[in-house]
Amino acid sequence: MATRKAAAKRPNASKEELLAYYRDMLLIRRFEEKAGQLYGMGLIGGFCHLYIGQEAVVVGLEAAAKEGDSRVTSYRDHGHMLACGMDPKGVMAELTGREGGYSRGKGGSMHMFSEEKKFYGGHGIVAAQVPIGTGLAFANKYKGEDTVSFAYFGDGAANQGQVYEAYNMAALWDLPVIFVIENNQYAMGTSVQRSTHSPSYWERGVAFGIKGREVDGMDVLAVKEAGEEAVAHCRAGKGPYILEVKTYRYRGHSMSDPAKYRTREEVQKMREERDPIEGIKAMLLTGSHASEDELKDVDKEIKSIVNESAKFAQESPEPSLDELWTDIYADELPQESAL
Amino acid sequence: MTIEILMPALSPTMEEGTLAKWVVKEGDTVSSGDVIAEIETDKATMEFEAVDEGVIGKILIEEGTEGVKVNTPIAVMLEEGEDASAADAAPTPAAEAPAETPAEPAKAPAAAKPAFEAPAQSPDVPEGTTFKSQTVREALRDAMAEEMRRSENVFLMGEEVAEYQGAYKISQGLLDEFGAKRVIDTPITEHGFAGLAVGAAFGGLNPIVEFMTFNFAMQAIDQIINSAAKTLYMSGGQMGCPIVFRGPNGAAARVGAQHSQDYAAWYASIPGLKVVQPYSAADAKGLLKSAIRDPNPVIFLENEILYGKTFDVPEIEDFTIPFGKAKICREGTDVTIVSWSIGMTYALEAADALAEMGISAEVIDLRTLRPIDYATVIASVKKTNRCVTVEEGFPVASMSNHLAATIMTEAFDYLDAPVLSCTGKDVPMPYAANLEKLALTTTQEVIDAVRAVTYK
Repeated sequence: MATRKAAAKRPNASKEELLAYYRDMLLIRRFEEKAGQLYGMGLIGGFCHLYIGQEAVVVGLEAAAKEGDSRVTSYRDHGHMLACGMDPKGVMAELTGREGGYSRGKGGSMHMFSEEKKFYGGHGIVAAQVPIGTGLAFANKYKGEDTVSFAYFGDGAANQGQVYEAYNMAALWDLPVIFVIENNQYAMGTSVQRSTHSPSYWERGVAFGIKGREVDGMDVLAVKEAGEEAVAHCRAGKGPYILEVKTYRYRGHSMSDPAKYRTREEVQKMREERDPIEGIKAMLLTGSHASEDELKDVDKEIKSIVNESAKFAQESPEPSLDELWTDIYADELPQESAL
Repeated sequence: MTIEILMPALSPTMEEGTLAKWVVKEGDTVSSGDVIAEIETDKATMEFEAVDEGVIGKILIEEGTEGVKVNTPIAVMLEEGEDASAADAAPTPAAEAPAETPAEPAKAPAAAKPAFEAPAQSPDVPEGTTFKSQTVREALRDAMAEEMRRSENVFLMGEEVAEYQGAYKISQGLLDEFGAKRVIDTPITEHGFAGLAVGAAFGGLNPIVEFMTFNFAMQAIDQIINSAAKTLYMSGGQMGCPIVFRGPNGAAARVGAQHSQDYAAWYASIPGLKVVQPYSAADAKGLLKSAIRDPNPVIFLENEILYGKTFDVPEIEDFTIPFGKAKICREGTDVTIVSWSIGMTYALEAADALAEMGISAEVIDLRTLRPIDYATVIASVKKTNRCVTVEEGFPVASMSNHLAATIMTEAFDYLDAPVLSCTGKDVPMPYAANLEKLALTTTQEVIDAVRAVTYK
């Protein structure tokens, strides 16, 4: 509760801003709940990793981003896609493996992309997105743009060697990449305490001369503020930045995870005391920024967006059978002088 | 007792070099560790140090001499108390020590005639084209330089590609022309820089990633396959990965099991990758330029032993060769020999020897392994009714297996004998010279296989 009170005191967040965060986080929460339902109904198959509990991380950081910035993340990616403005219908239809999905049903929950929104996946291999995000920053810098790249990964990925290979090059070449460690405390079933001896992940960047900090990932305003600091650092050409965002996932690692590695009480306590959506709601109400009725209207709007996406995802046809053989190779470029 | 100073082997594949400069003269006293000469290999100019103490009695090979074989006496050193007359008793360069080149069959010297003649007959170039003599190494460099001039988005990264001028000198001169922004030395971090380059390709650039050898690319293979090859499909065609991974592949000479593997079959099994494995300098150039322009990830497998080989390269502005088009390097009627890359050395030597025995072999260089030009192979097998494949990779789950299966399916009724394959042996590469020779395929094995399928 301490966090919530502290956040409530912050005077600089406008009503519009707070309402937007509330709305964006709620969209992710309700979308994920619906995805969980559809999974239970057998409409979504394979692996499905829900983002419930971690909403403040992407919503706060997207608030610090600007047009042209790029992002890449792991397989727990639905929240990132919604937060960067991808269409919930296209995301949900990809979850159901339909033609209307972002990858026309060929990617699934873990593999979705949007060139338009500069969302580069959705990567199914733990930590592989970290060098990729670093490469996106390399491209930004190479082209002389002042855009930055967000490379999101979890506390589990943070123990992979390629993360440190990426840190080394990002620091060496001053690349504008923000390494966002979403520390939700469990790498599948292995807690942070059981997987590393080091007390914090962001401090590992010190060895490479990379600036960083820890931030409360259950507080969207705190995340946004930290994100702004990181973005300013990168845009100023000062090289990479590491943000360790302390967060928590309420659901299992994936839909098939019974989550026996932690107690029900632990999850319940987090939900009751630290929930990011309840936090911002309290802030809106106690600060008299919004009435219960206004918030109910937002809830209704979100519910209808999510229901529409679920409807679309069930009605969209399965991809046509020739889709099996398309998109393996990009169109050939003309080979002018070849005979 | 005089001591002969011999031409040193300064790299695993060096057979000969240029005695660029003598740093000492006759009569000079040298101590162990003193630089006595500068020797130019195909990769670099190296300082050559004295091992023993003594006085330089006689210089046997003048500076500036090219093509000095490894182990040739280049000078005679006198030990304490000896005078110059002792040096005269030393053997002359004509009585050179036998050059030991275990991994390879005897090869023509670097400046010799191209290994297969009459490129003008090839379908890649119009009649009347003029040619220049170039090594595979130079052709690869020219291909990169031309493509980097053509597009600002093309850049080269890898270990030692910039300031060192390339571990195998492929990128020589590129740093000077294009600067450190576009020719980038990486830390030794294959997994990391392969992933970084994939990200840069997603971000709109056209990276060329040099692996010092493809043996080291196993550290990066997740990024190559899971990130580069599959993203176009997984994104429903939205986002491709225009990138070239290139470097030497396969056995060099005497570098042991961890540095001597041919990865052709590994990469060629992956949908989403294109795989190129050129033999000649002209193909290396034309195919690398196509690879850099290709909107897909391309695995470009070079061969260290071929780097120094000279071929005719067409003098055509912007010379490219399309993928999936095999080259009939030699026409024949009795048997089809299918190979690519270094395997072509054995295939062509075998074809020469077979001709003398009255067996006419058609030799096909596949050039690209994904896509494969099945049509050319099948048409040839339908004509000759027999086929031998030649590759350096391991025999199990090999390209040869795939070719044999395809030929069986597509031309079963035309076959007069089973398809035989000459491959590397099913063992990790041994270090010992005699064992290494056994582990690789040879011209003799190709000849034997052809005689078996032609029943001669």
